[in-house]
Amino acid sequence: MDTKGLLTLMGDSSDIADDALVLGGRAFTSRFILGSGKYSLALIRAAVEHAGAQIITLALRRANPGGDENILDYIPEGVTLLPNTSGARTAEEAVKIAHFARELGCGDMIKIEVIRDAKYLLPDNHETLKAAEILADEGFIVMPYINPDLTVARDLAGVGAACVMPLAAPIGSNRGIEARGLIRILIEETELPVIVDAGIGRPSQACDVMEMGAAAVMINTAVATAGDVPAMAGAFKKAVEAGRAAFLAGPGRVLEDGADASSPLTGFLRGEGRL
Amino acid sequence: MKNNTVNTDAAGTGAVNTDVMSYADDMERTDPDVMTGVLAVSRAMDFTAFTRADALRALYAERREPEDFAALLSPAAAPLLEEIALRAREETRARFGNSVSLFTPLYISNYCENGCVYCGFNCRNNIGRARLQQEEIESEMREIARAGLEEILILTGESRRMSDIEYIGAACEKARDCFRTVGLEVYPMNSADYAALREKGADFVTVFQETYDAERYGALHPLGRKRVFPYRFGAQERALLGGMRGVGFAALLGLSDFRRDAFATGLHARLIQRKYPHAEISLSCPRLRPIAGNDKIKPKDVGETELFQIICAYRLFLPFAGITISSRESARFRDNVVGIAATKISAGVDVGIGGRAGGGKGGEQFEINDGRSVSEIRDMLLSRGLQPVMSEYVYV
Repeated sequence: MDTKGLLTLMGDSSDIADDALVLGGRAFTSRFILGSGKYSLALIRAAVEHAGAQIITLALRRANPGGDENILDYIPEGVTLLPNTSGARTAEEAVKIAHFARELGCGDMIKIEVIRDAKYLLPDNHETLKAAEILADEGFIVMPYINPDLTVARDLAGVGAACVMPLAAPIGSNRGIEARGLIRILIEETELPVIVDAGIGRPSQACDVMEMGAAAVMINTAVATAGDVPAMAGAFKKAVEAGRAAFLAGPGRVLEDGADASSPLTGFLRGEGRL
Repeated sequence: MKNNTVNTDAAGTGAVNTDVMSYADDMERTDPDVMTGVLAVSRAMDFTAFTRADALRALYAERREPEDFAALLSPAAAPLLEEIALRAREETRARFGNSVSLFTPLYISNYCENGCVYCGFNCRNNIGRARLQQEEIESEMREIARAGLEEILILTGESRRMSDIEYIGAACEKARDCFRTVGLEVYPMNSADYAALREKGADFVTVFQETYDAERYGALHPLGRKRVFPYRFGAQERALLGGMRGVGFAALLGLSDFRRDAFATGLHARLIQRKYPHAEISLSCPRLRPIAGNDKIKPKDVGETELFQIICAYRLFLPFAGITISSRESARFRDNVVGIAATKISAGVDVGIGGRAGGGKGGEQFEINDGRSVSEIRDMLLSRGLQPVMSEYVYV
């Protein structure tokens, strides 16, 4: 069957013939968004190349224009910058950081992170929604980092976000897909691309969420804390591609216990069993 | 009683054969996105292209897409009906446990201005026409409530002239006094009208699209406002815009290609749920029934097996939806389906006008096949390990 029309109708951005990740009208062939934190700046180029990443996140607070060890100097040409608002505790602060990013020439994509929890670094969905509405109105391609909450995701779609970025587990934890059921609901019910962000610790877990239908994954700590950063970036690349391919192919069925030979549920159609 | 025929087209000029896709001036238009999608996808679907492997994959998929739903409706899935039923029962139990809701329909008027060739209320059909006075409605409701029911479905024929918004609204107010949930199955109207009825106590609106095959729809609905296909299609959306808690969908299976109609019904419900996530969604599964004045109407190709496959496919595609099993079906069929996929069953049904408290004033819309009382249905459910539920709603 041709699934293209149906998937489009049901709000899925996937397209077998032309499988691009589309964010704010921009198309990307890679579905692996790489983080740039927690590892040596000198390794960024190799990590990007091994990852095949086309988008790399950037904590704006780490940018040091004109100074030493400016992360912007280490990001290869041609890679799209995705500045984030980490450090923001309110919507107002996130908006200000986004404005700084634009002034620095980081483009119009912005990953909104608003965090008021210093222990687990869990995002504040309420403030994130407020910031998303303001920044989308200003023309930013808004990519909000959230706790996986369907109502908030729908509200983000309503204010013009380009995607939602639910966490799989607390950021930096490498604990895997603790929020599996909630992420699955977001994938099934929201119109926006769902980019799973935070908590994924292994390539197999990235593959898993891609098989579920995630539009992309965002990985930082799992690569940054690996024994060989570029090699692990390469492993994630293959996992993300495999998961995506499996999703598009449509998983085969899991064999379950067979039907009862006595056909207890449909016997009534043949006049068998109780009336 | 004399046949009260009102021949009007959508614009009320009396002409027939107007374009089924053209609205009358006073009809509210909604965004055509859902209708465009449903018609395009359902028209293109080739149910013979599916294989047994497709059906198995759909049956065991964690997430069912529209093509999985189509595969479950396809002829290739028919030999898998036992497995489909098992899976449907799992989904039903996961969402609804062993609860089955009871309700009864109350027909308050059978005047109609449409000419649906398959319907006993057809304005050209020579049946007794009647409408209940408000005190008669109250008597009927009190009689129904005495049996313990807490949910009522108020129905009229589709004559706005003989059963206007004020008349239906007054009936809703009386229903609110007697019951905790009030459903409506009346002619499609604009969202402001639905809002007015919501204010009077209505909770749910059900509209049968009859068939999603627009060409066939035109042939079956030669006159009256019902002839306007997109206005009927948009009724659920307008009801939700008017503040209703939930909406019901159905195709009258047997009017056209029943697989395509079932597919379009499920897709319609799914897309409305997606667009209005707060809405409670329900499906009905009527087949054609014999009517007075037309002995050629029979549910020819939709046998019980096909209907059962459709109901299970509805459950698998829309696990969250309420599914109502009609008294058009036999007691044996209904008793089995409530344990597997259906979650709501009518009881103490009378599809005539005023048959409960009075002597009966008007003709019937169709022939019912299960006339058991509320207590008989309750006992049946209990004997099958199911829990009869009279109400799940606290009115606030």
